[in-house]
Amino acid sequence: MSIDLLEIKGLTKYYAGITALNNVSFSVKKGETHAIIGENGAGKSTLIKILTGAETPSAGKISFEGEEYDQITPSHALEKGIVAIYQELNLIPLLTVAENIFYGCEKMNGWFRDTKLMNKEAEQLFADMGVKVDPEARVRDLGMAYQQIVEIVKAVSKNAKLVIMDEPTAPLTKNETKALYTIIAKLKEMGVTIIYISHRLEEIFDICDRVTVMRDGTYIDTMDVKETDIKHLMSLMVGRDLAQDFPGTSSFEEERVLEVENLSNSKLKDVSFYLRKGEILGFGGLIGAGRTEVAQAIFGADEITRGCIRLNGKEECIPSPDKALELGIGLIPEDRKNSGLILDLPIKTNMSFSILKKITDRIFINNAKEKKICDELKKELQIKAHNLNYKVKTLSGGNQQKVVIAKILAQDCQVLIFDEPTRGIDVGAKHEIYLLMRQLTEKGKSIIMISSEMPELIGMSDRILVMHEGKISGELQKDEFSQEKILEYASFNVGE
Amino acid sequence: MNKYKTIRNYLSNYGIFIVLLMLIIFFSFTSENFLNPLNIFNILRQVSIIGISAVGMTMVLLTGGIDLSVGSLIAVTGVGIAKLMLQGLHPVLASLIMLAVAVLIGLLNGFFINRLRIPPLITTLGMMTSLRGLAFIITGGLPVFGFNSNFAKLGQGYVWKIPIPVLVMLAVFVIGILLLAKTRFGRYVYGVGSNEEATRLSGINVQRVKYIVYAVNGLMAGLAGLILLSRINSGQPNAGQGYELEIITAVVLGGVSINGGEGRLGFVVIGVLIMGVLTNGMIMMNVNDYVQQFVKGLVLIAAVAFDRYNQTLKEVK
Repeated sequence: MSIDLLEIKGLTKYYAGITALNNVSFSVKKGETHAIIGENGAGKSTLIKILTGAETPSAGKISFEGEEYDQITPSHALEKGIVAIYQELNLIPLLTVAENIFYGCEKMNGWFRDTKLMNKEAEQLFADMGVKVDPEARVRDLGMAYQQIVEIVKAVSKNAKLVIMDEPTAPLTKNETKALYTIIAKLKEMGVTIIYISHRLEEIFDICDRVTVMRDGTYIDTMDVKETDIKHLMSLMVGRDLAQDFPGTSSFEEERVLEVENLSNSKLKDVSFYLRKGEILGFGGLIGAGRTEVAQAIFGADEITRGCIRLNGKEECIPSPDKALELGIGLIPEDRKNSGLILDLPIKTNMSFSILKKITDRIFINNAKEKKICDELKKELQIKAHNLNYKVKTLSGGNQQKVVIAKILAQDCQVLIFDEPTRGIDVGAKHEIYLLMRQLTEKGKSIIMISSEMPELIGMSDRILVMHEGKISGELQKDEFSQEKILEYASFNVGE
Repeated sequence: MNKYKTIRNYLSNYGIFIVLLMLIIFFSFTSENFLNPLNIFNILRQVSIIGISAVGMTMVLLTGGIDLSVGSLIAVTGVGIAKLMLQGLHPVLASLIMLAVAVLIGLLNGFFINRLRIPPLITTLGMMTSLRGLAFIITGGLPVFGFNSNFAKLGQGYVWKIPIPVLVMLAVFVIGILLLAKTRFGRYVYGVGSNEEATRLSGINVQRVKYIVYAVNGLMAGLAGLILLSRINSGQPNAGQGYELEIITAVVLGGVSINGGEGRLGFVVIGVLIMGVLTNGMIMMNVNDYVQQFVKGLVLIAAVAFDRYNQTLKEVK
């Protein structure tokens, strides 16, 4: 029990302009279930990527089963029995469970695959784990939890020694989570070591032996779960008192800027709500609950099949993002790198991308006007960039996010939708973005904020709507805010 | 390490000039007439067809698309104009009509790509074959000739001692460069090619950008077809065969990424010149047609390989 299976020494990783991991050292004992926790951007995913060979470290050593490596390649990881189970599963939906398990190492009967044998062996593997899964079912027909179980069983069948689970329970219901726990217990019995990453701190106390806390790419501490509690872990993760984190409250007016009624499409069911002038309206819920889809629908990026949107009391049809922007609705998308920015273009070009019409004289873009606007925005948002002609990707996450915000502010929008505004941003920049959001509401702008970070949701919102499976499952006023209430509404699943 | 990096950067940015220079030096040794001013103008006139079309192709590639139908479109425009002139239409009118047709064909490509969501490669591969068929249908498979010899001035004449096709090519390049570097449309072209989703969410009508790009490409191919017709003074249904390859090679040699979003039209001029020098040099060395074809295919692969290499370098950085 006390032998180290994995030892990490001084692991460091630089990405363009940011230090994602800074001199991280700790060890994982053989056979334990080891939790790694930390806020978004703490460096957990970078760490996993290095362990599975998806990224190469900039410095440091990894020793696994006593052998020391400078880096691990993907084939190496496989060979050594290091497997990661991500939220986005690596299964092939159209193949059966058994075919997926034996993918790449099919049992052969001469020149042909021996389907019968594979089905039988798969069934046995599941039986060993104490779950029943039909090996002939297609993976796409299984629920999320069972897909995960298939992936775990696949890993075990390949003789996995270290299984890394990245937020395995995030998309699962309560019952599904229980099924996953059973599997984890079984894995432990079999002597498999598990690294467990989760945002739900309670889970750690249910199933883990030890917990390591990370913050802003650095290692903070490792301790026995028996010797700590949620409060302590939270303070270690955040690094200071939660209460001080969020600037002031908004003084919103009763006037309703935006009203949404019975908004429906393939992912939304009758979503109705209103947004008041100067208010920050938080949207809570699990990943996949439909929050981003609400934002996309209001912004005209997704189609609406039914329902209406009223802006300042006037019903509007928003078929495309350009119409939304014209009406003064701006979106700061969740996926900054793929939806918010054009990484290979200069900072300036990104900032002015949506307002080129305004700064074009007849045919050509007026460079002086563009420069003036961008310089002003840079100053206002305190974007730390040496030169606005550099590519956006040279900036740190926080400054990239400010560029996205600058792009929307250049439009002079009255309704701003922030989808996960601080994801992957360091703590300092987070605080600046919070301050900025407050300044915006003081200027009479109204904000919809989608956030999966509880403290942020509670600290910043004036009112919170919680979503579950495409519907709004609850509304909380400021005095009712609590993590428990939000989670309760978020996992609202009577039928399951 | 750092020094090595700067050299590598320099090569990846300007290596294309060195390639052109080396080709010129090489051919000037193999054939004594190669550097003769007459031959230089000859090369320029030869590349003008590809050059004009390369301007449109650059925009298409920058948006992340591709257009294989340009060679066939060159033929369709050429035989179309020839036929219309034989019907007694004024050359200018005949040309305008067929240029409009070329734009419409470009828009049709855009329609298939935007609306039916067929990948550009397949859309234009189909178009390439169909348009070639159309050129043969129009002509019955025979060359079309016998029209007013004044028409040949466009392709064979000179202004200020410079061949007219070369002037047209230069004009098209200048307009294209201004369009891409200085206008909204240019920014959107790069945006669509770099990150279509982010561009769409910035309130830009991505489909419209693509329509325009394919229409411009159609127009450029049409213009190339018009000049080719005037130069050979005969409408050939098999004109422009294989030009799509030379055009795409020239554009990629000029540093335009096949993945879209990166590249400068100014550099494409060099790519075009490389193709011209290569063809001309090989002809002067009496390299036969089949070998020329063999070499050109390999040049395309080499150019794309170089582009991929550059992209990987960037990802590592």
